[in-house]
Amino acid sequence: MTAAADTRDPVTRAPETRASGRVSMVKLYGMHVRALLLETLRVPIAIIGSMVFPAMSLLFFVVPNRAVADDPVLATQAVISLSVFAVMVSALFNLGLTIAENREKPWDPYLRSLPLPPAVRISAQLTATSALSFASMIPVLLVGAFATAATVSASGLLLGLVVLALTSIPFLLLGAAIGYAFPSKAAIAVIQVGMFGFAFAGGLFFPPQFFPDWLDALSRFIPARHARELVISAVDGTAPDLWMLAGALAWTLAAAALVLWLYRRDEGRRYR
Amino acid sequence: MTTLARLDSVTRRFGSTTALDAVSLEIRSGEILGLLGPNGAGKSTMLTLLQGRRRPTSGTVELFGGDPSLARFRAELGSTPQETALPDTLRVSEVIDLVAAHFPDRVPTAQLAEEFGFADLLRRQCGALSGGQKRRIAVALAFAGRPRLVLLDEPTTGLDVDARHGLWAAIRRHRADGATVVVTSHYLEEIEALADRVVVIDQGRVLADDSLDAVRSRVESSIVSLRSPSAQRIAELAGVVRAERAEGGEASGDGTDRLDLTVADSDEFVRTLVTSGLPFERLAVRGASLEEAFLALTVSTPASPERIPV
Repeated sequence: MTAAADTRDPVTRAPETRASGRVSMVKLYGMHVRALLLETLRVPIAIIGSMVFPAMSLLFFVVPNRAVADDPVLATQAVISLSVFAVMVSALFNLGLTIAENREKPWDPYLRSLPLPPAVRISAQLTATSALSFASMIPVLLVGAFATAATVSASGLLLGLVVLALTSIPFLLLGAAIGYAFPSKAAIAVIQVGMFGFAFAGGLFFPPQFFPDWLDALSRFIPARHARELVISAVDGTAPDLWMLAGALAWTLAAAALVLWLYRRDEGRRYR
Repeated sequence: MTTLARLDSVTRRFGSTTALDAVSLEIRSGEILGLLGPNGAGKSTMLTLLQGRRRPTSGTVELFGGDPSLARFRAELGSTPQETALPDTLRVSEVIDLVAAHFPDRVPTAQLAEEFGFADLLRRQCGALSGGQKRRIAVALAFAGRPRLVLLDEPTTGLDVDARHGLWAAIRRHRADGATVVVTSHYLEEIEALADRVVVIDQGRVLADDSLDAVRSRVESSIVSLRSPSAQRIAELAGVVRAERAEGGEASGDGTDRLDLTVADSDEFVRTLVTSGLPFERLAVRGASLEEAFLALTVSTPASPERIPV
């Protein structure tokens, strides 16, 4: 946007004395994460929904079905599937809806007038949402531990959580993309369709072992399926297949590119 | 004197609405620039372009020598959020700290609160504040990072007289400390109290860009109302900038029309009117509102809407 070199007087740049002080981007990121968490936690009712829903799914659909609940392998897979579901719902809903709503309020546009690089704000939003996502998984793990035969070793649990965190990144990015692309009412609809579509096709509600061949083939392109399989192999300590890793990586990169493009394009609502 | 920011034939459209129409403007260091215009004139759009929040449809916007949509060129820019913008659940001190954290040489929270008069509110959540309290905090945020250029959008709307004067004093103090200030308002009084240079904009165009005194002499006009059977001839008298005719107004029936005349000097005009010998009745004189003064500015220069000849 800077005009090509011309003959007019040069516009001033910051004098050296002022430019010497630098703002630490890490500190700035920390400030934004803190502010976002405070904003959410001071209205705790907002996160109750995403905390309760996945645990209730486990309690109503898996626990009464003793063929699954009493089988250590199937029960563990069910608990993992619903943990992935919990993190996915929280990522899509909390982030997508928060961003869409904030774009309609004047505070976010104001923050854009500050010397705040887009990557700092976006990563702070991703981090704050991840923290809430992991909180929403705790009820699922508790129900799984006390009401099913699901088992996990300490190392499997730890590795599973790390992989779950990594595989939640594409969902966070997709949630952010929806938030920047749609007004809040449309965002809710898109998120609901996307979330249940991913959950069914990704094998989070019905195990993919029972899928017909065509659905299983389709399912291998769905990020929820990649997340499910990668977390299961982390918990079991088996090596993941190449298609799972490649699929998760491709979704992550594509979603990241989409979010950055949408953020740069975004100008909030018309006339403020 | 150096140029801190520049708009170069900037046009910004929203769908079919043209908010800014080929506007060129330079903001020079050390001045308080008053941006005066009615609601919807394009003032806020101009500020959002300088803040990098929007991009021009065509033309160039420069801030400290670069593209304002890149964060690094906004490092010495301060601006106010709308007072409704402050996040309800955050405490005042948390909001100040968050905003100030973006700047290398921040004003300490306590000092800022003392200066803008909200030291007693730091622990309160923003949602619990009154409109006037939020407004003071919003303006203080613009100064939190010791910026070289400050954009204040309607800084004192909704404040009582004492608070308004306190805020004006703070703005002047910061200018004395070296800050350059752009202040928008639709109050002539506010611009008069603060600005050295005034830019009048309406319908996305710059109508005037001059010193405060020069613009004030053009914007200060009066409305003369009367009834007369010779309305057409009165409207053509010397000194009439703009005439609005309401034919056969209420309780007319006697062939007289009501006339509202915008004139620069009402005393001089009344003398002219009396000397002309034309019939009139029910003469009334009042000061023109800013809106009416703007209208007069627009019609007085149909040939060159960009600039008013002095």
